[in-house]
Amino acid sequence: MSIGLAHLNCRELVELVTAYLEGDLSSGERKRFDSHLAACDGCTMYVEQMRRTIELTGMLSVDDVTPKAEEALLRAFRDWKGQ
Amino acid sequence: MEQLLSAHDAKLVERLRARDEDTFMELIRELNPSLLRVARMFVPTAAVAEDVVQETWLAVLNGIDRFEGRSSLKTWIFRILTNTAKTRGERERRSVPFSALETEDSGYEPAVERSRFTGTGHWAVLPRAWPEDKLLAGETLSVIEHAIERLPQTQRTVITLRDVEGWTADEVRNALELSETNQRVLLHRARAKVRNALEQYLSEEQ
Repeated sequence: MSIGLAHLNCRELVELVTAYLEGDLSSGERKRFDSHLAACDGCTMYVEQMRRTIELTGMLSVDDVTPKAEEALLRAFRDWKGQ
Repeated sequence: MEQLLSAHDAKLVERLRARDEDTFMELIRELNPSLLRVARMFVPTAAVAEDVVQETWLAVLNGIDRFEGRSSLKTWIFRILTNTAKTRGERERRSVPFSALETEDSGYEPAVERSRFTGTGHWAVLPRAWPEDKLLAGETLSVIEHAIERLPQTQRTVITLRDVEGWTADEVRNALELSETNQRVLLHRARAKVRNALEQYLSEEQ
């Protein structure tokens, strides 16, 4: 992912948020990202909201195995064990 | 072999080899929902995905004595799943060719609507602070859940594995056979849409 050398505008920054949060930006890109953030309330808010979004998504519960699938697999296990 | 595996994995493998039923059932509860989710990416129906997952577990049992521990147990299980699902998907013929995964939604999808920016790319309308009390109310999670349900399947799968189930980027890339860039683009689009759904919900009149 490359960014123009000099400026990074807000519209470009929002497209780099995931790479930024994933630690995938080069050190140069990261510096430009951080210096834009330091001077821009809108983008600071956006990045903060993205962090909250990720945090809240992590609070969703993970699906459970259905009893039917569990039963079928238990039977398969016992068959295998008995071989 | 064992030194390449985490202590946790080494113990699991040892117990599975000893035909320990509780260990197997624990593993099923931990991995089955994700296995189904991933299988669904390669085959046309939920019923076929269930078959594929069942077949995968049998292959895990039959292969555990020969498992060499060159990857984590989870990675190994998902590799078996992917191979099984792809074979089955090809046989079914109706399945979407897997390369479609990477191109399904490759059109330009801005994270934030263009109208939110000025011609020079600066915020025309700044994002507004979210009201904390409303954010922490119970409904917020169902707003997120619905936003995820509305995503295209690949984006939904990636954000669920990453942000709900806590997988690493590498685990997701391996299981879904995505490039680094594609994994990140899918996650990026999914997260942006979930944030937008939250923004919309939080800006509605109470």
